[in-house]
Amino acid sequence: MASQAAVKPHEADSPDAVVVRFAGDSGDGMQLTGGQFTLSTALAGNDLATFPDFPAEIRAPQGTLFGVSAFQINFGSRQINTAGDAPDVLVAMNPAALKVNLAALKPGGLIIADTGEFTKRNLDKAKYEANPLEDGSLAKYDLLAFDISALTIEAVKPFGLGNKDALRCKNMWTLGLALWMFDRPREPLHDWLRQKFRSKPDIANANIAALDAGHAYGETAELSGPLKQVHVDPVPSEPGLYRTITGAEAVSLGLVAGAQLAELPMFFGGYPITPASAILHHLARLKEFGVTTFQAEDEIAAICAAIGASYAGSLGVTSSSGPGIALKGEAMGLAIMTELPLVIVNSQRGGPSTGLPTKTEQSDLYQAVYGRNGDAPMPVIAARSPGDAFDCAIEACRIAVEYMTPVMLLTDGYIANAAEPWKVPDPARYAKFPVSFLAEKNAGDDLLPYKRDEKGARPWIKPGTPGLMHRIGGIEKAVDTGHIDYSPENHQTMTDARRDKVLGVAVPDQDVCLGNESGRLAVVGWGSTFGPIHQAVGRARRKGQDVSHIHVRHIWPLPGNLGDLLRGFDKVLVPEMNTGQFKTVLRDQFLVDAEPLTKTSGQPFQIAELEEAIGKYFDGIPGNEGGDVEPNDQQLPNPVGVEK
Amino acid sequence: MNDMTPVQTTLKDWETDQEVRWCPGCGDYAILKAVQRTLPQIGADPANTVFISGIGCSSRFPYYMESYGFHTIHGRAPAVATGVKLANPDLDIWLVTGDGDGLSIGGNHLMHVLRRNVNMQIMLFNNEIYGLTKGQYSPTSREGTKSPSTPLGSYDHPARPAAFALGSGARFVARGFDVSKKLPEVLKAAHAHQGAAFIEIFQNCIVYNKDVFDDFAAPKGAEAQQLWLEHGEPMLFAGGTRGITLDRDRLRLEVVDVVDGDWEAAGVIVHDAANRSIAHMLVEMPFGPFPMALGVLYDDPRPTFETAVVEERAKASEGKEPDLARLLGKGQTWTVSGTAQDPA
Repeated sequence: MASQAAVKPHEADSPDAVVVRFAGDSGDGMQLTGGQFTLSTALAGNDLATFPDFPAEIRAPQGTLFGVSAFQINFGSRQINTAGDAPDVLVAMNPAALKVNLAALKPGGLIIADTGEFTKRNLDKAKYEANPLEDGSLAKYDLLAFDISALTIEAVKPFGLGNKDALRCKNMWTLGLALWMFDRPREPLHDWLRQKFRSKPDIANANIAALDAGHAYGETAELSGPLKQVHVDPVPSEPGLYRTITGAEAVSLGLVAGAQLAELPMFFGGYPITPASAILHHLARLKEFGVTTFQAEDEIAAICAAIGASYAGSLGVTSSSGPGIALKGEAMGLAIMTELPLVIVNSQRGGPSTGLPTKTEQSDLYQAVYGRNGDAPMPVIAARSPGDAFDCAIEACRIAVEYMTPVMLLTDGYIANAAEPWKVPDPARYAKFPVSFLAEKNAGDDLLPYKRDEKGARPWIKPGTPGLMHRIGGIEKAVDTGHIDYSPENHQTMTDARRDKVLGVAVPDQDVCLGNESGRLAVVGWGSTFGPIHQAVGRARRKGQDVSHIHVRHIWPLPGNLGDLLRGFDKVLVPEMNTGQFKTVLRDQFLVDAEPLTKTSGQPFQIAELEEAIGKYFDGIPGNEGGDVEPNDQQLPNPVGVEK
Repeated sequence: MNDMTPVQTTLKDWETDQEVRWCPGCGDYAILKAVQRTLPQIGADPANTVFISGIGCSSRFPYYMESYGFHTIHGRAPAVATGVKLANPDLDIWLVTGDGDGLSIGGNHLMHVLRRNVNMQIMLFNNEIYGLTKGQYSPTSREGTKSPSTPLGSYDHPARPAAFALGSGARFVARGFDVSKKLPEVLKAAHAHQGAAFIEIFQNCIVYNKDVFDDFAAPKGAEAQQLWLEHGEPMLFAGGTRGITLDRDRLRLEVVDVVDGDWEAAGVIVHDAANRSIAHMLVEMPFGPFPMALGVLYDDPRPTFETAVVEERAKASEGKEPDLARLLGKGQTWTVSGTAQDPA
């Protein structure tokens, strides 16, 4: 057993990145612990990425394997794009948490376990025949096992809490220890606890006492155990104001910003669903920004109300996850046929059907691009990270109002829940796209509700406008007049017009975010795979492999130069968390031999598995290990959000 | 809201240039005329009026009204209309639906628009059949209805639209029928009601379900089976020779004969439109042993949904500046200046 630095592989007092996973029962407050540790990490100036991983059940039976909730954070003194592969440190609050998470831990990694929870009963529930803390099965790790439960009860004794309430402070005790381990100040946490429990000072003080006790324990334990204090230097980053942000927050803020840039009130129709509900919750508190939120009776009503609001002159927005998006399909067709602006946010999760509500996947790409009856074209945008979701939401609003079309914004469970530091953008730096409603007849004495502008968009006509009364609906519309028209030539013309309008959406040319503009291998990603792909490609390039990373935001229509760009590479590899959906689109659109790398485990890609897949393209290639390719790391983008 | 300045129009002003495509003799024509007759009488402004419908024969209605109109998708008109009303509470909304659209595929939405009490007039054309899809039985078809999908007769129990509406929390429930001269009065009362006003309109489908309402709605000879309710008036029918009384011991309505017009002696009750208990009895009153209850069965307004939404938004915004830059920089922040990091 190693007895020195627990934090590997860096094996130094100041590693450039560390991965810590907090795991416990779903009632143990692991998400809260992780969230607060994230804030303290951000305050310490480290770059970071997090991955909350929790069960679908709110309070799964205590101590069970399926009730384990985990929060992983990767932080460092360099740029961090992923939540990290294997943790360096695993905090296991009970046997089930250890069992579920042990396989992920790096060999030689540090386990911190609460012996107070390793009772016969809990060991049985976790299906351990012997106590792993005692039977030598953890020999290849560093183990720090002690009775956190008892230490917590002892620490909060002065506050007269019952046993149950006292044990609820365990997560703060653990957090205190983690703060000590990584040399973090406790004061922000003290402030936060005082604020959170301002009406219950005893609870606040008990939590503070637990936090301090955990911190103090670290100092003592350092003297004799495997525990060692580690200092991670701040990452050099652009000067400015920063905050941490989750994807759900970023989408909400981006929608508010988008509505402001369009100079429109926003109407948000939603229905509770994991993991999309957080957007409804955020927006419900932003009424002063002209936001109306409406919790509808179902997913269909949520989108239909948003369409009604758009018809009446608001920016209609709806949001859901896979199964809810499926329910909205017919209404999306109505928005396409009536050519009304609408933003549909899809926080993808594992499917089909109810699937894996709390796990991430990218398997709704076909649904987004193709999943409606009839020829029903719709622009689709995918956010790559929590911070990027802000810009993507603005972009979705812009396309919706400029082209009079529904737009789908894809995020996923990972982006929705994960947090990253975000350089707070200056809203004044975003170009406005104010909407003008039709105020008078647009064809002499006639009103032509379907007369198109140079972008192919029809005018937006608010009911209530004198003299512009007209009727719209889901039946095929006649060219210009919008009357009902079933005639063959009209349907052909209108189908073409809808297609051409969407294909004509102005999409910026695709850039290469890491590597050269042509070469041996392009790794093409979209959405939340950005982080792991970027890291893996970076590592491969440092090994000398001629590989580039292309990350596509505009899924439909695709960037005009993408086909040529892809044809400049010998091979194209498309990693995605589905069975190869974007790969199929690329093959279909560009006739390129895009090869899939798929994963549908409900977990994000690990850097190592991507690195290995990339490496296979360089087996037997001279110079594979030789470094004849410029690492070109200057191209690493600012991971905290791209400002225009 | 909806207390807009009256606008002078005529019936003709509400007609569109679109060819009406219902079957000749369809009850929908009569309802269309009744609505076009009503709107000038209430001073409605075409620019401020929106007809919103779902799918089915009835839902073609907006195309024939010279106002704003939205022909949406099957069953979802109440949801679309809710969004329209929340986005612009000043619009005067008329919802047009049918027994299939409103009670089968759209039953959920109809329930919620009534429960929420979104201010609009909801006209449910009940012809007890699916017309546009060529004659299948509907959720209001009577037991034993033979149709292409029930060649041996249907066996499910029909839904009762007015009872559904009241059970969903509607604060205004009325009934009329297509060719009735009193239909405009019912529509006017619905319009005057602030909140979701539900009107069941019996409508004759002359192709697939001809004359099923003749027992009370035939153009001639059926008047004796019509109980036209009026607030504050005794519940009399059959030319005042019969009336409705309440059996107070068994808590149920009964039909009584009225001799020499002395309805008080016969125990006939006076209609109180705000009495929800009586309303429940009226919507459940079986036709046959009883006459068909028509007119305003229930009318007891309470605050509307959109008013509450607007007020809440105003209250929540009070004293707050919609400052986006501030919003973006909220929460636990820190400033990077050179190498030092300071909590903001």
